[in-house]
Amino acid sequence: MADALATITRAENLGMVTIRADFARAGDAIAEAVGLALPDVTRITTDDSRSLGWMSPDELLLILPVSETAGAIAALEQALTGEHSLVVNVSDARAVFDVVGPHATDVLAKLSPVDFVELPQDGLRRTRAAQTAAAIWRIDGGFRLIGFRSTADYLGLILNNATLAGSQLAPR
Amino acid sequence: MTYTAPFRLPQGGRLIDRAFQIPFRFDGRHLRGLEGDTLASAMLANGQMLMGRSFKYHRPRGPIASGAEEPNALFGLGQGGRFEPNQRATTTTLLPGMVLGSQNCWPSLDADIGAVNNWLSPMFPAGFYYKTFMHPRPFWKHVFEPIIRRSAGLGRAPTDPDPDRYEQAYAFADVVVVGGGIAGLQAAKQAADQGQRVIVLGQSPIWGGRTPVDHKGGAAVVNALVADLERRENVTMRRNTMATGLYDHGYLIAREALADHDPNQGIPRQRLWRIRTQQVVTATGALERPLAFACNDVPGVMLASAVRDFIVNYGVAPGKRIVVVTNNDDAYRTALIAHDSGLEVAAVIDARPTADSELAQAVRAANIPVLTDTGIAKVKGGRHVDGVVLCRQQGDGQQIGTLDCDVVAMSGGWSPVVHLWSHCGGKLLWDEAEAMFRPNPERPPLGADGQGNVTAVGAANGDLRAAGDLERRELPTMPVWVMPQNAPYKLRAKMWLDFQNDVKVSDVQLAAREGYASVEHTKRYTTLGMATDQGKVSNINGLAILSNALSQPIPATGTTTFRPPYTPVTLATIAADARGDAFQPLRKTPMHAWHEAHGASWEPVGHWRRPYCYPQAGEDRDKAVNREILAVRRSVGTLDASTLGKIIVKGPDAGKLLDMLYTNMMSTLPVGKCRYGLMCSENGFLMDDGVVARLSDDTWLCHTTTGGADRIHGHMEDWLQCEWWDWQVYTANLTEQYAQIAVAGPKARELLQRLGGDIDLSQEALPFMTWAEGQIGGIPARIYRISFSGELSYEIAVPAGRGLELWEKLHEAGRDLNITPYGTEAMHVMRAEKGFIMIGDETDGTIIPQDLGLGWAISKKKQDYIGKRAQSRSFMKQRSRWQLVGLESLDKRIIPDGALAVDEGTNANGQRKTQGRVTSSYYSPTLDRPIAMALVRHGPDRMGQELEFPMPSGEVLKGRIVDPVFYDKEGSRLNG
Repeated sequence: MADALATITRAENLGMVTIRADFARAGDAIAEAVGLALPDVTRITTDDSRSLGWMSPDELLLILPVSETAGAIAALEQALTGEHSLVVNVSDARAVFDVVGPHATDVLAKLSPVDFVELPQDGLRRTRAAQTAAAIWRIDGGFRLIGFRSTADYLGLILNNATLAGSQLAPR
Repeated sequence: MTYTAPFRLPQGGRLIDRAFQIPFRFDGRHLRGLEGDTLASAMLANGQMLMGRSFKYHRPRGPIASGAEEPNALFGLGQGGRFEPNQRATTTTLLPGMVLGSQNCWPSLDADIGAVNNWLSPMFPAGFYYKTFMHPRPFWKHVFEPIIRRSAGLGRAPTDPDPDRYEQAYAFADVVVVGGGIAGLQAAKQAADQGQRVIVLGQSPIWGGRTPVDHKGGAAVVNALVADLERRENVTMRRNTMATGLYDHGYLIAREALADHDPNQGIPRQRLWRIRTQQVVTATGALERPLAFACNDVPGVMLASAVRDFIVNYGVAPGKRIVVVTNNDDAYRTALIAHDSGLEVAAVIDARPTADSELAQAVRAANIPVLTDTGIAKVKGGRHVDGVVLCRQQGDGQQIGTLDCDVVAMSGGWSPVVHLWSHCGGKLLWDEAEAMFRPNPERPPLGADGQGNVTAVGAANGDLRAAGDLERRELPTMPVWVMPQNAPYKLRAKMWLDFQNDVKVSDVQLAAREGYASVEHTKRYTTLGMATDQGKVSNINGLAILSNALSQPIPATGTTTFRPPYTPVTLATIAADARGDAFQPLRKTPMHAWHEAHGASWEPVGHWRRPYCYPQAGEDRDKAVNREILAVRRSVGTLDASTLGKIIVKGPDAGKLLDMLYTNMMSTLPVGKCRYGLMCSENGFLMDDGVVARLSDDTWLCHTTTGGADRIHGHMEDWLQCEWWDWQVYTANLTEQYAQIAVAGPKARELLQRLGGDIDLSQEALPFMTWAEGQIGGIPARIYRISFSGELSYEIAVPAGRGLELWEKLHEAGRDLNITPYGTEAMHVMRAEKGFIMIGDETDGTIIPQDLGLGWAISKKKQDYIGKRAQSRSFMKQRSRWQLVGLESLDKRIIPDGALAVDEGTNANGQRKTQGRVTSSYYSPTLDRPIAMALVRHGPDRMGQELEFPMPSGEVLKGRIVDPVFYDKEGSRLNG
């Protein structure tokens, strides 16, 4: 039997912070506080440990090691003092999966109406995975997908179903 | 020794491999085909021309086509969970060990009792059902409908679950070319040359369409094109993939057969492609039309193209002596191919006055007689063609000769496959020269930019000579809708249009005489085109007959609507992975597994599963609920309240926003305090409720109902983004960030204090409707002193990841207090004991807060809030609106939820008038009697009055109007 199309692993110990603010006014302060450049529309900026994703015209998502979450929130609140903004911990609200392998794109193409060929290297796509909300971006060898914590079992199930050996999308 | 089936030709068959014999079973008989055969070619090779029975008259049926349009050769295929009815023999690949069953016949295909309908056929004209089953009226429901239902439908529905897997996938392209024939391949090459991202979809396992059959050297041309395209990076060639429907914005649905040929491979059997494309090229070819002559449905009468397909593709002779009947040059190819294969061609019967084309000359050169201005008056034979009676096409069917034959290859011209073009609004025009509807290039389906996004090419565009240099000059087709032209009724009543549904020329003419002028009405009245082939072979002929009967040109009649799917799509691919555990996302709280391990009986709440109760050994749900309630009232219980919506609202204008969203004042709520609030729609109706906590000067946390979490967040953002875009407010839905546990009961405080922490839980430090933040049992928490049970109660919110830890600590620490987990039903009963309303029970989208005695929660001071204007309208202010009261059963029986309280007299419809209804009804273990809440006209003014609730059984339950607060009216238990 052939191998599964990709490996699905639950990524643990990630902290997440929702940041809402007027980027035109507070963008620089946010970038400085989190140590990452502000992402362009529908993009995600990243360094070795942190990522900052564009979620909407006034919303960003900071992803970082969970141990750094409290510090990052404090730094952001400090940087945004006097600015109308919202900084809130959403680490526990999420489930994160890494989809890695030669056919990782095929796995996600079965679940999300996304043209992955056109997804830029630094693209972040808010979409759905089958029947539940998700956001997807690229990591080494594949993709990272975040969804809601309550649907973690469902996400794990549909992701694994989509990796069925021999079910790659290439024409046969 | 090699076995050769009786009708397998010694040579030829470009798609079969003679080295591999494939055994299969048909109605219990053991037969053998060859690798590459379709079911139809394998059956024909074995001399099995009879493949089914028509639907209405149960007439014997053989295949008339060789592709997706086949109306007759349909089988029940497979066994058990893999049984599928109505599988087309002409498009289904033969597999080893296949088990085929004939349909619509009993006891067998050869001796079918239902064929008695055939002798009675003069009694079953068009509209028979409508005319016959009208009277007497009660007969419809009790006699006619059950009988018709039993005989309706072709094939049996499978009864076992499908064991195979199916999936869906999304694809994107600049251009999708639908059709793997020569026109499609050329269009794909052209698009690929321009650097477009191209997907080519071919319905069959092999590329090339008709070209390799119809043209010498065609296969080589096709192979070269395919090889070229397959080399290209920007082209995806997908075989076995049928595009079934085109929808708005270039959304194309296609079904790919992955393992239909071998379901045991362990891969998905079929895949539904959901493709978004800028442009669609329809290269879907054309379908040959039958000719309408008497007894054209006898097995052995086939489309001319199908006859040569079986010969060329499968090396199968549909018969040994063939008559070709045509109104065009193309069918001469069948005569030539049959002749070259060593079969006898008795004659080509051409309805046209002359036939001099290159093809006709080649046929004459092969010494095959060509008879012009000739038609078939009648086919001889019952279960098989024995011969034909000839007549003048221009005449009335006078016999001018006969020919013996076992196959009639007919061609009435070709109709472009315009289905995809038409699905999304593309218009057609009538092409007089070729007598066909073809896409009107001026009026294509439009994309989002208002420009056409579909292009038809090749035969699908009406270009029947699409093979370029391979083509030979042909003379025009002569429209022949009835053969002979002046056929009398006796002949017309035997000319089949819809072979599966037994609709004949005479039926359509009868419909026209009875006033059915619209083609859509005629279709439904006669069932023309309503069979499983959806009119692929019958529609154009039928509407031509209708046009003639109405004395109007064909384009004035028009076509019926082309709707997706082009060929059936399996329900399994539509469901795909959404079955079993993946049927729907099941949302689980952080404590879900604990509930499961402790025997929770679940209640679906949206996509969540919440414990309804936790039955113990020997308990039913009622007993468990009663036990849980008493445990809470006597000591302490825990409820998983994590599903409640938790929305943070922050900003300088947050208070202003909340004052607009809630009916009461939220801006004045002091930091550290909680307030119960109501939310109404613009129409004034109550839509959600919950406790709001003020977290800081500019931050509030709004609790919503479980079902309201996403909806209310959307409601907030809708108003913020669309109406009050200049207000400075940010919201975030933190529902899933927190696990929330309600700890309720007189021992609640004691229990929480045992866990330790830095939050002072005393009555003084944390009074009712306040909150505090800190840690409890080492877990960071926010504790709200709020109560939905009427007991001393704390709701504790902790990070979701630590919810289970807190839950388990509580249960560990409370063991000696008989700590009891309670479910949603105990919660419901306890709130009803206290007279608290529940969104969805006391409200149904037509209830305003004032109906529920909640006027106290409506600010009189505020200038405005959403719903205020609506609530001031006269109807909302009427005193006679049904209003909330409590209800006491007079005889200890529970008055069912939803029961109506009757009033004197009857309404205009003769129905008993009503004056109220039960909105919640329970047995209260606390009070040991039934309690209920109801909405009653003038209810609050009628305390002590009795209402009557007639039951469907005829008995009448009685209830007395009382105060809706049944328990602890003073609220003394709130503080423990």
